Amino acid sequence: MNPFEERLLLRRGRQSRTTKLNPLVWILSPILAILFQVYVARHVDALSYLELPLLITVYLALMRRSPIVGAAAGAVIGLMQDSLSAQYLGMFGIVKTLVGYFAASVSMRFDVENSALRFLLSFFFFLFHQLFVWLLTRALLGQPMELQIPQTVILAFLNAVVAIPLFMILDRLRSETR
Amino acid sequence: METFLSRYRNISVLLLLLAGQLLLLAYQVKSGQDVRLIRVWAVTAVAPLANVSEWVRERGARFGEMFAVRGLREENKRLKSELGQIKVQNNLLKAEISTADRAKALSIYAQTSPSKLLAARVIFLGTGANSRTVFVDRGSRDGVMKGMAVITPDGIAGRVTAAYPTASLVSLVTSPGFAAGVISQKPKVRGTMKGVGSSLCPVDHIENRDTVEVGEWLYTSGDDRIFPKGLPAGIVRSAREGRGGKDVVAEPVGLRSGVDEVLIVIGGVHGLIPDPLPPSSPGVQILEPPPAEPGSVPVEEPATGGGVVRTDADRLMDRYRRIGESQGHSFGAAPGRVPDFNRAPAPPKPAPTTAQPEAGTDAQPAAPVKKQ
Repeated sequence: MNPFEERLLLRRGRQSRTTKLNPLVWILSPILAILFQVYVARHVDALSYLELPLLITVYLALMRRSPIVGAAAGAVIGLMQDSLSAQYLGMFGIVKTLVGYFAASVSMRFDVENSALRFLLSFFFFLFHQLFVWLLTRALLGQPMELQIPQTVILAFLNAVVAIPLFMILDRLRSETR
Repeated sequence: METFLSRYRNISVLLLLLAGQLLLLAYQVKSGQDVRLIRVWAVTAVAPLANVSEWVRERGARFGEMFAVRGLREENKRLKSELGQIKVQNNLLKAEISTADRAKALSIYAQTSPSKLLAARVIFLGTGANSRTVFVDRGSRDGVMKGMAVITPDGIAGRVTAAYPTASLVSLVTSPGFAAGVISQKPKVRGTMKGVGSSLCPVDHIENRDTVEVGEWLYTSGDDRIFPKGLPAGIVRSAREGRGGKDVVAEPVGLRSGVDEVLIVIGGVHGLIPDPLPPSSPGVQILEPPPAEPGSVPVEEPATGGGVVRTDADRLMDRYRRIGESQGHSFGAAPGRVPDFNRAPAPPKPAPTTAQPEAGTDAQPAAPVKKQ
């Protein structure tokens, strides 16, 4: 194992470590993320491209290191988002369930406190999220929807950039347990 | 079984969650019904917060302006410049005029439009990155219903997707799933303008043999039974022949000035498709048509169509129609009394300058005249 792999992969002693988040963070952070998306983005057009509920889902799943909790958190956040959208209930729910599950699965193998890895994961999960929403809209519902790949990649990058400081802020609200 | 579930616990829970949500989706798609309770709770919880936030924002902006003015005055005093104060006052007045203009434009449009309109303000966006849905502050309590058209003075803006007690969800023209029947201005080609999630909208169902030119205006056709006929919908940005029909892409015009304030069409009245302007060349001035000479017989224009009379048959038909109107006769309504065609008809009505309510169908011709 080279030093880079050693930094990224979890060592045995850290594998069982989970992060305990304040219950208020579990409740408030998804709500605030959704409110940010519906209120703040209305006045600042550039912020409408931020997918904060997705970033919060990724963070909660990464920190909790439990695929079940990650999937459940993703489902709840996704359904909350669906209830304030024009699409059917379950569209964001399904996608975020998968995101939460996979993010938690990744966290069991990698050191998710590494900023570079967090950046990569946020970038990847944004692309996954947008691609899956597009796939569900077209294949499952048969509705026309365009996927502009260059624009989506740029948005994934911007969301990943925002994810780093956001995760750092959320890190301050946690306590680690074994 | 228990061992199996405990061994594959994670994947089992994942599949359970996915299956539950897929069933929820299937129920909504199959029944065409929404899980309304969840949405009503969510929107009712969020809408008052949005209204409060809007109120606070507006007041905050005024306070901000006040502080800005104060700061500038101090600076101006220090610099002994009275000109600065005038500029500040000018800026404030400009801001006030801009806000007043926007509200006034909506108000004037609502008064002049034949349709019954309800002004609404966008209070928050729908969820999702780059969402193309908005919530407005008018709901079912104000008479808003699902399916109502949403417009701006520039053109069509969207459609009410769901009406909740305190707010309504509006899918904008560019949102995926949006569709509106449109008709081109010149050769009256019909098509369907669709939203696909980008700033431009494809227009489907146009045959390759139909003529659609770049820069041509598209108006609502009224075929969708949502948008009244004659509202500006978009401008053709590209048109080329495709495999299944013409590939036409239009830019929606209703969202050009933003969607801070919109008008919900409570009671729609169909209008007319305006005739295209004559082609003009840059640097070449074309005068208006000359007025009729004194003593000459004025060219009669039909009151129904609003367009220019083109043939003798049109003039004759319009003359018969006006004879019938002046003698209180409705052609084709009841047999018996026949109008006197030797009497002079009533003078023609002035041609309408704006889109007017249409009595019946598209450019309805006069009913056939019964011969004696």
